[in-house]
Formats: sequence, C-alpha cells, structure tokens
Amino acid sequence: MSKKYLLSNVALIFLAAIACVSAYGASIQKQSSYELMSSENKAMQDDSSLNPAMFWVNDGQTLWQEKLGPKNVSCASCHGDVKKSMRGVAAQFPKVIKGKLQTLESQINTCRVNTQEAPKLAYESKDLLALTAVIAIQSKGMPITVKKTADNASYLNQGQDWFNKRMGQLNLSCAQCHEDRAGLRLGGSLIPQGHPNAYPIYRLEWQTLGSVQRRLRNCMSGVRAQHFEYGSPEMAQLELFLMWRARGLPMESPGVRP
Amino acid sequence: MSKTSRTSITVPATAKKGSIIEIRAIAQHDMESGFRYTEAGKLIPREIIRVFTCTYNQVEVFKADFYPGIGANPLIIFTTIASESGTIECKWVGDDGYEAASQARITVS
Amino acid sequence: MNNLINPFSSNTRRSFLSRLGQLSLATIGSWLAPKIAFAKKQDADEAIQKITGGALVKDGRVTLVIPPLVENGNLVVLKVGVQSPMTANDYVKAIYVVAEGNPFPNIFTAYLTPRSGTANITTRVRLADSQTVWAIAQMSDGSFWRGSAETLVTLAACTEVV
Repeated sequence: MSKKYLLSNVALIFLAAIACVSAYGASIQKQSSYELMSSENKAMQDDSSLNPAMFWVNDGQTLWQEKLGPKNVSCASCHGDVKKSMRGVAAQFPKVIKGKLQTLESQINTCRVNTQEAPKLAYESKDLLALTAVIAIQSKGMPITVKKTADNASYLNQGQDWFNKRMGQLNLSCAQCHEDRAGLRLGGSLIPQGHPNAYPIYRLEWQTLGSVQRRLRNCMSGVRAQHFEYGSPEMAQLELFLMWRARGLPMESPGVRP
Repeated sequence: MSKTSRTSITVPATAKKGSIIEIRAIAQHDMESGFRYTEAGKLIPREIIRVFTCTYNQVEVFKADFYPGIGANPLIIFTTIASESGTIECKWVGDDGYEAASQARITVS
Repeated sequence: MNNLINPFSSNTRRSFLSRLGQLSLATIGSWLAPKIAFAKKQDADEAIQKITGGALVKDGRVTLVIPPLVENGNLVVLKVGVQSPMTANDYVKAIYVVAEGNPFPNIFTAYLTPRSGTANITTRVRLADSQTVWAIAQMSDGSFWRGSAETLVTLAACTEVV
C-alpha cells in the first residue's frame, strides 16, 4: 500500500469522524417545543393569570385534601404539603416502583386503589388531570432526571423500539418526523422534537387540559395507526423512553401548546 | 338549576388615585359553541357565558357580551381608573343558569 | 367525547374538502366553496349594519391586532384599542368585534364608560378560517369608527379526528 493511499484513507476517516461527531452533536441539541410557539402562546404558558391550566391546578389542590375511602385518608394524610412532598417528583417519572413501571397517572391510581381504597380515576378525567397538574407543577423549572437504570433498562429499550418502529397506514415512525425532520414543516406547522417536558398541557386543539398519553394517541391517529390504550404497558414504555430522551430539559408543566 | 365554575381575577392590590389599572378576568368554561357535532352527527347544543360585568364598589364600570366566537376558558383584559379603595367584583352569567363571581380588594391612596 | 367535528378547527373544512374531492366534483366544489365564504361575509356585513343602523362608519382610530399567522384557530389573542381621551364628554361607548369568516359573525361587544381610562381590550377568540376581522367603535357623540385585521389560520397537524 502506497503512503499516498494510506494518507488519503486516514484523511477520509478523520473527516468522516468529524462529520459523525457534528451530526451527533446536532441531533442531541434538545429543544423544547415551547421555542416553536408564537409569542402570544408563550405568554399564555408563562403567565399564571393567563394560563387556563391553572384552574386544574387549583382543582388539584382541593382534591389533594379530599378524604376518601373506608380509611378516610387524603393525599395530604400521607404526603403532607404537596409543595414540599411532590417537589421534583414529576421530573423523575415514569419510574419503576416495586417492580412495576409507573407513569405519574398510574402511580396516582395505585395510591388511590391501594392506600385510599377508592376507585381509580379514568384517564383524561377532570380529577386525574387536576391531580397530575398539581403534582407536575411542583417540578416547574427543574430538569428532567429520568436515567437509564438496571430496573428500567428493558422497558426503556422497548420504548426506544416503539419510537423507531414504523406504524400505521402512513407507515411512519416517531423518529422519522421528530428525530430526522425536527425543525422542518409538516403542512403549516413546524415539526417539534416532541419532548414531553410540559405535560399535562392545555392544548389549544383540545380546548382543554390533557395528558401525554392523549397526545401520543393523536400522533398515532396522525399516521393512521391503531393507537395504544390509555394506561397500557406500551404507553408507559414509550413515555419512559421519551422522558429519558428529554433528560436535562426543564419541566414547563402545566404547559400550553397549539 | 344554577351552575358555576372557578374564576380568577387579577387586580393590583394598591394603586394611586386617578391612575389607570389593568384588570384580568378569566373563567373556567368550555364555551360550547353550538357548531360542533359528535361523530354520530348529532349537534352539540350551545352553552356559553353570555354576559360579563365588572363593578367597582357596586357601580358598573365595564360590561361585555360574549358570543360563540369567544375561546374556551374566556379571558378578558380591560382597564379602569383607580378612583377609591374598595371592592372590584366581576360577574359572569351564561346559558343553563350559569353564574359565577369573583372579588378583589383594592387600596387606593 | 373527543371525536368531535368542530367548525372552529381545520377538520370540518379538511373533511368537507376531502369528501368533495372523493366525489370528483371538482368544478362544483370550486363553485360551492367561495359561495359559502361569500355568505359568511354577507352575514358579517349584515351584523355591522345592525350595529350602525346604516350610519357612516369612518376608517381610523381603531386598531385591531391579531397575529398574522395563527397556529391554532381555537384560541387566538385579539387586542383592540381605540384612540380616545376617555373623558366624560368624549369617550368610547362600545366596541363591536365582527368576523367575516366565522359561522356566527359577532365575536364580542365591550361596553365602556368614562371610568374606563383607556379603550384597550384583550381577549382570546376562535377563528374558523383565514379571514378579516372588524372592530367597530361607537363614540359618545354617536359616531362610528372602524379598524380591521387579516390573519392566516393554519391547519394543526396530528389532530384527533382522522
């Protein structure tokens, strides 16, 4: 092999390495979809006198004190002041608790059923949204801290598979839009990276507050796929992967989105 | 049948006499426009807030008529002159006997 | 509950247009669509006539601000302001906001007093489609002034109704 050939090969590999690093660097520059909103919608999220989600937060504060079930206990009975006990909690979910992968909503229901011995709350019900909102707001401004651990690794990998899997009549994967084409446009809208750092959100399209699972179902309808059921293991795995993917981004809950 | 919901008003706690203050008022209400259909094709009847009024020590200083074109969880921002200390009260009245009210105290010096 | 057809969102227009396409009645479709838009503008004009009683409406003094490009027509911030000294002898009595492209033309009416300080109102409205919105101000001396704003309402991607 001639010296020239070897040198040009090395140069090529070096250039390829730089390209890889810069592409990798570009792909991990996380951006909240807050940045893509109009200034009016940003103001709606930032100002609590303008954010409609605050009504649910207030409802949640009331529900937090509501005594239920045969033991007549409220969330406050075990957890005390929501501002203290729930600080930073939403930024850690989904997480594996007692061997089960729990989302914030499913953990609230676990508490209700097991500790309060009260019936579980339906997904997207006013009460479950209110409790999720009052818990999530206690993490406002704090970075998402979901990590890959021995406990959650298999769920996280499963979630990553869902993210990369083509689905629906349009045969598109989440990654194809939100990873490869984030920042480009779909119709008139900018494609966000799709980080769930603001949930529950007051979505203008819904004209009400809703959970990340509701939004994921909208995504799946968008590609004409059979959507995951609320509270299903697939949903929890995907949510876990998305929160891990968004790690480091500050929580904005409760957010406003178009 | 009287219905109500949460409301919130934002009024400065203190103000100088004669200054112009901003009042923000928001009510939790779906403002069902009456133009939506269920997937089965059934028309969902209109159910909105119709009238918003603001009184300052019981004197009406602002009023607004809302129509279906007002967005859900209606917000309105307007101004008034800080004339004296007292209570600013906002009232919302709507379809199906909906009524809600919210008060705030202001100290004017 | 969430599978609703809402004319204030893009979906009715989208599904209406797609159904037209499916029938391959492109020519009739292009005839119908502008007729519906024209009918709504007529409703808006009638609503304004009712407000003014046919009186002369002057352009000016009224500023209507809507974002020129709207991400979602369900909740659009609308600001209206009228130049006026707002004294006991010279103030804005009422501001009427009327939309040319909504299923019902009147959006809201604000009634002001000399105690209002300014004639600046902010609210959040529904806009069914790209359109022109009008604000008509009635002064204490009985005169009418108007301002308008045009906006483009874009379709939201990935909605619930397929």
